Amino acid sequence: MSMLELRAVSRSYGQGSAEVHALREVSLTADEGAMVAVMGPSGSGKSTLLAIAGTLEDPTTGEVLIDGKPVRNESRGAKARLRRRVVGYVFQDFNLLPGLTAAENVSLPLELDGVSGRKARIAALKALDRLGLAERASHYPDQMSGGERQRVAIARAMVGERRLLLADEPSGALDSVNGEAVMRLVHEACKNAGMAAVVVTHDAQLASWADRVMFLRDGRVIDQTVPAAGPESLLTQDRNQ
Amino acid sequence: MSVRHAMLALLTEGPKYGLRLREEFEARTGEVWPLNVGQVYATLRRLERDGLVESDGTGDEGAQKGFRITAEGEQELARWLRTPPDLSSPPRDELVMKVLVALRVPGTDVPAMIQMHRRYLVELMQQWTRIKEYDARGDLNMLLAVDAELFRLDSVVRWLDAAEARVNRAAADGTIAWADQASPGNQTRTPLPRQRREARRWR
Repeated sequence: MSMLELRAVSRSYGQGSAEVHALREVSLTADEGAMVAVMGPSGSGKSTLLAIAGTLEDPTTGEVLIDGKPVRNESRGAKARLRRRVVGYVFQDFNLLPGLTAAENVSLPLELDGVSGRKARIAALKALDRLGLAERASHYPDQMSGGERQRVAIARAMVGERRLLLADEPSGALDSVNGEAVMRLVHEACKNAGMAAVVVTHDAQLASWADRVMFLRDGRVIDQTVPAAGPESLLTQDRNQ
Repeated sequence: MSVRHAMLALLTEGPKYGLRLREEFEARTGEVWPLNVGQVYATLRRLERDGLVESDGTGDEGAQKGFRITAEGEQELARWLRTPPDLSSPPRDELVMKVLVALRVPGTDVPAMIQMHRRYLVELMQQWTRIKEYDARGDLNMLLAVDAELFRLDSVVRWLDAAEARVNRAAADGTIAWADQASPGNQTRTPLPRQRREARRWR
């Protein structure tokens, strides 16, 4: 079942000679349990793709379907509900609210959606516990390391019944070991919790955690990886010589 | 990777048989560098010839022949561990050669060729990452060996990214040209007039 589908999505800004094509006929599918990475250099359209996938922007042409339903004709309120309930976002700069504890940051989207404070807190603690942060629940963002802050951001993106995780350079502000830990968590959110994830990055090591890597250049998908042979193929060369 | 010095390192723990040395070598390197039995015995023979190990002399080269490190072997191992590998001159990298040559071959869509190599490298990286995912939790040897391979491949991808940016800039400046930058996949194109001129010059 596809959680996210982009059908020939294009996005342009400006008009006439000033028109800029940020995306050109991009098609992408992220099924439940699948992690898709979109790799490309700065200015290739990665962030625009993510904004459109998350209903933060509308495409100029083409169709976006979330959980099988087209979102084009949904009201602003309905899109906002979708973003609160179904879609979780992870950003490079974590985007945690500094005056709130880790648990409050994680429970916030649920409370904004009308869930009672008590239930939201229980769900937040459960999400934090899943990411190994139970003991940090009452800490404020400035009392945590960068890696911990990003794990809180992932907990916030997964809390409740969210099924689509969209991440924009989620490891960009972290060292390689913490960056890998973040990608591992996103990967596990897909494999264990059945979420679909789209991660945009320019980093091949991080992209390699994905099941499929799509390459974006000048707003177009120019290529993608094909499912590879199992890793055991790397370990058995020359073994029987 | 010096198999010779890895064998010496394993023998610092005590005498071992050839077969066991092979098994331990593979385990300690996270099974990333498989070794065949022939390589193990050839290496041990050379180490014995150089006085760095000695065997118990029993049997032939079968699994029952034991080896131990000598004092000279321990000195050689200590010297090797402290000696930086020779990275002073760049290796003759096949991929670098291909990109450099492609710039001179009329009709070659260089960015498309770069993308083909990039995709292959990322697919390889995905395979290595799957090893981390399934097999490497808690196994420090495996993690270090797989990291080394991932960083190596990553550096090649980064070089390709930089190469593509430079080639595109050169194309925009008119320094080089090829048929069509926008559609990777078609490697052979009708040469542009500039490329035909270039081709004649290089004949």
